[in-house]
Amino acid sequence: MIMKKYSIFSLLRNSMSYHENWQKNWRSPDPKSEYDVIIVGGGGHGLATAYYLAKECGITNVAVIEKGWIGGGNTGRNTTIVRSNYLWDESAAIYEHAMKLWEGLSQELNYNVMFSQRGLLHLAHNVHDLQEIGRRGNAIHFNGIDSEFLTPAQVKEMVPLINLNCRYPVLGALLQRRGGNARHDAVAWGYARAADAMGVDIIQNCEVTGFNIENGVVKGVETTRGSIKGKKVGVVTAGHSGVMAEMAGFRLPIESFPLQAMVSEPLKPCINTVIMSGAVHVYISQSDKGELVVGAGSDNFVSYSQRGSFDMIDHIISPMVELFPFTSRLRMMRQWGGIVDVTIDRSPIVSKTPVENLYFNCGWGTGGFKCTPGSGHVFAHSLANGEMHPIAQPFSMNRFNTGALIDEGAAAAVAH
Amino acid sequence: MLLIECPWCGERDQTEFTCHGEAHIVRPKNPDELTDEQWGDYVFFRSNPKGLHKERWVHDHGCRRWFNVVRHTHTDIVYGSYKPGEPAPEVSEEALKGGKK
Repeated sequence: MIMKKYSIFSLLRNSMSYHENWQKNWRSPDPKSEYDVIIVGGGGHGLATAYYLAKECGITNVAVIEKGWIGGGNTGRNTTIVRSNYLWDESAAIYEHAMKLWEGLSQELNYNVMFSQRGLLHLAHNVHDLQEIGRRGNAIHFNGIDSEFLTPAQVKEMVPLINLNCRYPVLGALLQRRGGNARHDAVAWGYARAADAMGVDIIQNCEVTGFNIENGVVKGVETTRGSIKGKKVGVVTAGHSGVMAEMAGFRLPIESFPLQAMVSEPLKPCINTVIMSGAVHVYISQSDKGELVVGAGSDNFVSYSQRGSFDMIDHIISPMVELFPFTSRLRMMRQWGGIVDVTIDRSPIVSKTPVENLYFNCGWGTGGFKCTPGSGHVFAHSLANGEMHPIAQPFSMNRFNTGALIDEGAAAAVAH
Repeated sequence: MLLIECPWCGERDQTEFTCHGEAHIVRPKNPDELTDEQWGDYVFFRSNPKGLHKERWVHDHGCRRWFNVVRHTHTDIVYGSYKPGEPAPEVSEEALKGGKK
């Protein structure tokens, strides 16, 4: 199938037929009996992996197998924040790699992912926070990534509606101007459309129920639509990575927790940047539809229920109302949960596994969306070459045995 | 929101408790002899099942005592609590599938 490009001309042409003849974004093929690479999980990271495999590694005999529908898991459930202001060099490398791909993504995919570099503020509410943003801000500078320190007056100038003298007054902020938002669904759809156009099979409503492993080498997967052979298998299943690992016969240093988010009724434009606070723990931005998108912490017990605890809503909303008193009578419109795969050091696992030719890309925890292009890119190269991409190497699951953790959890306290 | 039974205080709201993860992880008796791999496994690796899970909770806004809970991680149904050292309660076939209590 030849992908018809989106342009002003195609828009005009299709308006003639009342927009009823737009080409389908991707096919719905039956699975073939064998693929060079099988990607398990059709979220953003999995679809990006398939796209870069086809685009940059010349491997187009690829299947993306998704249990539900593409982008229906955490890709469609996050708060859409994109940033690369991490403390450690290894994190800076992978998240900045993603940021650079974000910056040209809409053009590259010929699909508007609505990437908006509206700036992202990390607020500091106490002396410790100021020291933390000082340390992290300088580390970010050393890695050649933009970050600026703002005084409370500068924060007020940027975000006029903020209440600086709330219960835990705002004492400063760390700003990444290149940070911002993207349209989460569009990221999945854009990658799917572009990957499909290069011959990648996207197979939805097909659950992987097991791996075919012979003498420690993976040979393919068992699915609800029969068994499919694969020379290499990449598992990108976020919250269910532990379940997949169990099928393959090993354990991961991961626990799965429910994380929830919510949106308000739509408002006129009022917050033109992303506000994050680790200390009072909330992050807020305004979607292009006008809804305030709000998120915060995860529950701390293992659960696959895709619901957050009810009391967590209060923990999310009360700091928002403190920071932005105008939201006190705002009605929240929708609330939902996703299952996040959290490692002890809050850094991902992009790694080979004890089973040969079986690779895992997981552990992105509460902040994987921002790295969708970078994660897919380095994972695709790792799958194609059989050796982990240099940027991915530090994120091996062996680090939990060697002790070479990349401790972003301790570095940034909570906000991810 | 979960309703959790503290073995000493009875059923209380989840907000009175904190979960501390998988139960019955035993500290190795021979720490000097362990390889890095075994240490890593003990410290960081967890079973993280989608199914029945035995986990440690502490009643920190109550009696402040520790105990274990059996819960299904897909349905979040709690099948019972037991004190440290006590055997876990027997669960039915239905409970294994996440069915009713």
